Amino acid sequence: MSFDTPDDRRYQESHEWALETEDGVKIGISDFAQDELGDVVFVELPDEGEDVTAGESFGVVESIKAVSDLYAPVSGTVTAVNEDLFDAPELVNEDPFDEGWMLAVDPDDETELDSLLTAEEYEDQVA
Amino acid sequence: MSLQMPPLRGVHDERGAKVTEFGGWEMPVEFDSIQEEHRAVRESVGKFDVSHMGEIEVSGPDARTLMQRLTSNDVTALDVGDSQYATITDEDGVIIDDTVVYRLPDDGDDHAFLFIPNAGNDEAMTERWRTHRDEWGLEASVENQTHEYAMFAIQGPDARELVLDVVADPDCVSDLSRFEATYATVEGTDSESESESECWVARTGYTGEDGLEVIAPWDDAESVWSAFDCQPCGLGARDTLRLEAGFVLAGQDFERETNPRTPYECGIGFTVKLDTEFVGRDALERTKEEGVEEKLVGFRLVDRGIARHGYDITTTDGDVIGTVTSGTMSPTLEAAIGLGYVPVEYADAGTKIRVDVRGRPKKAKIETPPFVDTV
Repeated sequence: MSFDTPDDRRYQESHEWALETEDGVKIGISDFAQDELGDVVFVELPDEGEDVTAGESFGVVESIKAVSDLYAPVSGTVTAVNEDLFDAPELVNEDPFDEGWMLAVDPDDETELDSLLTAEEYEDQVA
Repeated sequence: MSLQMPPLRGVHDERGAKVTEFGGWEMPVEFDSIQEEHRAVRESVGKFDVSHMGEIEVSGPDARTLMQRLTSNDVTALDVGDSQYATITDEDGVIIDDTVVYRLPDDGDDHAFLFIPNAGNDEAMTERWRTHRDEWGLEASVENQTHEYAMFAIQGPDARELVLDVVADPDCVSDLSRFEATYATVEGTDSESESESECWVARTGYTGEDGLEVIAPWDDAESVWSAFDCQPCGLGARDTLRLEAGFVLAGQDFERETNPRTPYECGIGFTVKLDTEFVGRDALERTKEEGVEEKLVGFRLVDRGIARHGYDITTTDGDVIGTVTSGTMSPTLEAAIGLGYVPVEYADAGTKIRVDVRGRPKKAKIETPPFVDTV
């Protein structure tokens, strides 16, 4: 089975992606991760204004069968939360790279992104 | 310890199933999507491979006595082709396992039974039956046939129609009432030629829907499984379905060592017939007279969140009063539901409780299962 892995963003071994945008770094989980989880039924995210730390848990995503921690790919302050996920967590399954985004973060140090996996490296990991 | 494989392990792989370890077996947990599979069973029909369940046949002159003394229900109430839900309890009345007991056709004057222990319990139950048989000097044969049979559950409102389509003698199956069973020939779809398999077909199941369970010879598993042309479902959907129906799961809602419970605490006191003699009877009679201190209850979360096995149940003031044993997001209700033990004074429907979800108290209310309409 093959998974989408857009190369416009970077990835973590723990399956989150990070995309640099004008509004900050957007964060979500990969196509592989959503498929592994199965039907996503609940997402718990921090509030706007809270700080997240690279490598540390910032929330959870729950499928019917499991609870999984979400790990921040970069450190920074949360500038936006995808509130659509509270009513429609299935967006994570349906469109993990776009509609299913989770947070936008104003990064403390943009170079942190460079230490993340490229799409190619991430694909090798999940192959 | 290596995992036991169901006969269809390769077939499930080809179908793209995700697998998981369950009771020492590697079993499909999800084929397409738990919600999709769940809906298929509630709205039409789905099929489950439950070949990890055990099969133990007990026969001979004293088979009935042995079954009566080791299960809590009354096997003398069973005519040939009847079945009953029962528990297997220890001297203290604590549930070791729950099971369905089928009465097979008699062999001359001898009775014969088939019972279905939970996955991974077949060897221990075979041992238990043989040890007690010898201790009591009874004459009965106890055969562990877990690796001789595959078992499939065809469940949902359209399940009977589907099964009737593939059995050679539909009349004998269409006449089955709930908890009745019969031998029936399933016309398989073997790739080389038309095949026929004699199966034990029972109007039983554990989803809350109408349906049948089919016990097929291990070597015929593939053709019988293929004969039922419907949505394959994994153990993930089986868990959400049984939980919506309020059915308990061995190893999760009760476990002899870590969470010892009597049938009365579990809400399955109807499986206990105190006018029969069985291991645990005296203890259970005392329990019934004295009443239980804790009860398994259902609950529904009012707040957003999902209660999981092991989470604390508290009062509205935050005092811990119990533990969640099963919890999920109900695909039918689109609400978080669960089961857990609380002191009886908190067990009434409508009682407000809290469930501690990762340090956050979530509002919840006690609700009497089943959570959805069942047959």
